[in-house]
Amino acid sequence: MATLEIHDLHVSVDAEGGPREILRGVDLTVKQGETHAIMGPNGSGKSTLAYSLAGHPKYTVTGGTVTLDGEDVLAMSVDERARAGVFLAMQYPVEVPGVSVSNFLRTSATAIRGEAPKLRTWVKEVKEAMERLHIDSSFAERNVNEGFSGGEKKRHEILQLELLKPAIAILDETDSGLDVDALRVVSEGVNRVRESGQVGTLLITHYTRILRYIKPDHVHVFAAGRIAESGGPELADKLEEEGYEEYVKGGASE
Amino acid sequence: MAETIPAGSTTDGVIQVGQPTDARVSAPASYDVADFPVPHGREEDWRFTPLERLRGLHDGTAVADGGVKVEVTAPAGVTVETVGRDDARLGKAGKPVDRVAAQAYSSFEKASVVSVPKETVLTEPVRIAVHGEGGTAFGHQVIEIGAFAEAVVVIDHTGDATVAANVEYLIGDGAKLTVVSVQDWDDTAVHAGQHTALVGRDATFKSVVVTFGGDLVRLHPRVVYGAPGGEAELYGLYFTDNGQHQEHRLFIDHDTPHCRSNVAYKGALQGAEAHAVWIGDVLIRAAAEGTDTYELNRNLVLTDGARVDSVPNLEIETGEIVGAGHASATGRFEDEQLFYLMARGIPADEARRLVVRGFFAELVQQIGLPELEERLIAKIEAELEASVG
Repeated sequence: MATLEIHDLHVSVDAEGGPREILRGVDLTVKQGETHAIMGPNGSGKSTLAYSLAGHPKYTVTGGTVTLDGEDVLAMSVDERARAGVFLAMQYPVEVPGVSVSNFLRTSATAIRGEAPKLRTWVKEVKEAMERLHIDSSFAERNVNEGFSGGEKKRHEILQLELLKPAIAILDETDSGLDVDALRVVSEGVNRVRESGQVGTLLITHYTRILRYIKPDHVHVFAAGRIAESGGPELADKLEEEGYEEYVKGGASE
Repeated sequence: MAETIPAGSTTDGVIQVGQPTDARVSAPASYDVADFPVPHGREEDWRFTPLERLRGLHDGTAVADGGVKVEVTAPAGVTVETVGRDDARLGKAGKPVDRVAAQAYSSFEKASVVSVPKETVLTEPVRIAVHGEGGTAFGHQVIEIGAFAEAVVVIDHTGDATVAANVEYLIGDGAKLTVVSVQDWDDTAVHAGQHTALVGRDATFKSVVVTFGGDLVRLHPRVVYGAPGGEAELYGLYFTDNGQHQEHRLFIDHDTPHCRSNVAYKGALQGAEAHAVWIGDVLIRAAAEGTDTYELNRNLVLTDGARVDSVPNLEIETGEIVGAGHASATGRFEDEQLFYLMARGIPADEARRLVVRGFFAELVQQIGLPELEERLIAKIEAELEASVG
């Protein structure tokens, strides 16, 4: 049973005039099979948490620990984290010119699974996963994220989630910029992975809208670089009605 | 590309694209080295080249010592000759356009002429192996393809040498010539030269220039059309490593109606002192109605500090053409791209390989020579291995 444990995590970025602390002591435990929604206003540090867990070089961990089943995640390189089972669905997926989606998916699956998937079953697996996400088969030959619309990029992220089957899935504002139809398709994809019971999900979002499709077990309010309040799904209802005002007044430093 | 630099610019900052009116045409062309002043580096056609690394090829101090071996292997039906300077077939494709090319033309003692008789269709390539053994040499090669003949010629440059050598392609009416010139020199070699093709009526010329090696390589692939209906495809691929200077200066002279040209050069660079230069000059003269031309240059900068100068020039003197266009872009392999691929479990070196292979794949397929395709891919892998590993 995979468990991601974040303890007293402090993270800074380089800014004009020296390092600026963004995460100020995050504590969170995500177990396989659980879904945690992390909600918060802009600038609260939600995305920083996501990217820090994935190991983006822009962020410097200045304190605290992150472990996956006891293994020190912070000591791992970006690719090692991914192979250990951490997956980040990015808010702004990156264009990679010259690399086709099919080549990318296969290279990635080979790295994650430790061996090249058998070609025949792999082609079928990808085709079916693409169909479920309403992704046209011509996408396989396009360059990764190049010229994709916002919705196409997000569906492509969830396609990877479905194929790579991580232990911990971090979804960074996967809902932003999606219309209702796309949101439903994407949410269905996430739910299929969740239903396996094999993934712990960290759903980072600004809006409560996606929580109508993806039901969280736990809801955390993120403000000023740490978790300000935790609760069950009812906390989302409260945020829906009252917004983040209470938390913004309470603690944000800027 | 994540970062696209517009045509006529360099990675070090935008440079002026405009040249003095019609620099290419007004530039001197002559068989005699004495007609060219010694360049000092400020001249338009020398400003990207580190003259001090030319080992005297540009200022008359280089002395030939014969340390370069040339071997020609040709299938039956092909004539291979070594001829003196007075042979009538020499110099027919065009005059040298810079001092080093003129130095080569003024200095070679014997030239090699490979002739494919008319209507002969070769099933095997002609292979010309140029191997440097540490010496300095001036050379001249003519490849003559008779009317309606078809041939593939592969010129391989290996070893260490200081070489100034010109190649002429004389392509008869309706003939088809594919030439692959591979600069797979040791990293100490210096190679400069002019490759000029004279394309006959309805003839087809395909040139593939592949530059991996050398301390300094500076080539002028040039095309002139002798009669209407000619077609030229010029493909190029270079992989410029730390410390290498690789320069390709193309000129297509559309002086005749109803000819076509298509240029696609792609290069990858890695290492702080890697420098690639691509100049793509296309001139459509007033008489060249019905011309169809396109040129493209793409560069992929893999590491900080590598420098690309990519300068396309298109000059059009008639509006009665089918099409004319050019594109040049230099992209960087960005940290964000690396992060994205690594976040999917792909190790850094493999991520870089994936991107470079993808970058070259389309061009390699376009070249359409299966044997070369495999060799190119293997070579690209080796280049990556050497630097990434």
